[in-house]
Amino acid sequence: MAKGVWIIAEQRDGALRKISFELASTARKLADSLGAEVSAILLGSGIEGLAAQLGKYGVDKVYVGDSPVLEPYITEAHAAAAAKIIKENDPAILLLGASVQGKDLAARLAGKLATGLATDCTDVKIADGKLLAIRPLYAGKCFGEIVTSANPQMASLRPNVFPVAENAKAAQVVKFDPAVDAAQIKSKVLEVQKDTSGKVDLTEANVIVSGGRGMKGAEGFPLLEELADVLKGCVGASRAAVDAGWRLQKDQVGQTGKVVSPNLYIACGISGAIQHLAGMSSSKYIVAINKDAEAPIFAKADYGVVDDLFKVVPELTAACKKLLA
Amino acid sequence: MNIIACVKQVPDTEAQIKVKADGSGIEEGQIKWIMNPYDEYGVEEALRLKEKNGGDVTIVSLGPARAMETIRTALAMGADKGVHVCDPALDNADAYVTAAALAAVIKGLPHDIIFCGQRAVDDDSGQVGPILAELLGIPQLTIVTKTEYAANTIKAIRPIEGAQLLIETSLPCVVTAQKGLNEPRYASLPGIMKAKKKPVDVKNAAALGIDTQAKAKVAKFIPPPARAAGKIICGDDPAQKATEVARLLREEAKVI
Repeated sequence: MAKGVWIIAEQRDGALRKISFELASTARKLADSLGAEVSAILLGSGIEGLAAQLGKYGVDKVYVGDSPVLEPYITEAHAAAAAKIIKENDPAILLLGASVQGKDLAARLAGKLATGLATDCTDVKIADGKLLAIRPLYAGKCFGEIVTSANPQMASLRPNVFPVAENAKAAQVVKFDPAVDAAQIKSKVLEVQKDTSGKVDLTEANVIVSGGRGMKGAEGFPLLEELADVLKGCVGASRAAVDAGWRLQKDQVGQTGKVVSPNLYIACGISGAIQHLAGMSSSKYIVAINKDAEAPIFAKADYGVVDDLFKVVPELTAACKKLLA
Repeated sequence: MNIIACVKQVPDTEAQIKVKADGSGIEEGQIKWIMNPYDEYGVEEALRLKEKNGGDVTIVSLGPARAMETIRTALAMGADKGVHVCDPALDNADAYVTAAALAAVIKGLPHDIIFCGQRAVDDDSGQVGPILAELLGIPQLTIVTKTEYAANTIKAIRPIEGAQLLIETSLPCVVTAQKGLNEPRYASLPGIMKAKKKPVDVKNAAALGIDTQAKAKVAKFIPPPARAAGKIICGDDPAQKATEVARLLREEAKVI
């Protein structure tokens, strides 16, 4: 009989990523309501020392698969190693992060384990002893309650949404042989080009300052960079701004870009096309700055300023700088 | 080269989505249907690959009768033939069942490379490509923004949080397309005329021998939480308004 709540922790370059603590904390809550244990799978090379950190967030047992073939992340190797330990232990619930890597691995594993997976969930709970996963559909234009008929019941959790809660357990470390044959792995990472800007990804940012058509050109964006720097945030863009070539594709927020949920989203010169609203409506606080008082973005904004963004944004940067000094 | 591109028909990204009163689904009456934008990048990449290396492009789609329009759109762009998996038993197909159906079709076709969109903009699940790769026992390259082909291998750029990876894998494989991969072409008028005569094979679940039971079900659709009405900061002086916003963010919202 399947039991226990499991997570697959995510590490990069020998450090656990924040999503791993969000997963551990969430799994602990689910496990407590089931009276079950929390186990984590940790995969990589030379990473055994990270296991104890997971205990701090409520993990009872950490299954460590340590092998050179698991570093850097390759779908086939990680999926094979994770599937092996999962099949041996038959967990009831399995959570991963809805990061780029987590989504890639979760889907492959769902295929391998022939089970159901709810992607990019914003809430998970236990109902009648089963996992009930709540997730946005149509980029958040509506939501779905997902139930999974097979075990493990899988869900990937949207980064930055689930709280991290300390709950110290003396995590027991169990080493296992991932039994992955390097000769069977067909993919290889040839090169990692790191973004040297020092900025976090939009999906992991606490503050996003976004610009749209109203920015009038790429030359308007340094204004937003300055505000974002003061607030330790990132700059995003609407589809209009990306399609015009003012910003890179990786900055696009919306249904055909990234779906984000920062604490603060400042929309500058963005009218609020439905496909953009879908990508940012789950932000905790929204500020809109736009000349057009009728712009749909104001219906979503907590605070709206109807004025010329080229006048308001520099003043806002100055005011924030003063407050944070 | 034998190239496959999987496509899905989805609501236009500009469409309003309204949940049915009983939560059993969404109101489809007013919706305009389009090819999933990410699948368009996949179709375009398939066509470019064919133009460079020769071969043919087969479009595979699962969906109700109306999905035929999307297959015809891909044929009008230049694909050679199509397979339409169409069966009322698959109306509630989840990612697993969809991938199983596509895998059953593709197993019967020669395939060197398979393109899918990185996700469909309706269920946003991003699972079909990887599950398809698993069921075919081949590697996957997901969320790809650039590709380069050599004999029997492919190199791809894959953006992850804070970095870009250059990955190489062997063919056959599944590639899931991200925006930025290319600029999809529009169907030309002669293309649209020709598409009408291109062959599309229609198959049902029984012909494919697949289990139609979904592994994950949407038990209930719910409207998004309504946001409380916000404040419009009044005044004539931009500096004053900006200062007030900063104060509210600090004292009321406590987010800075």
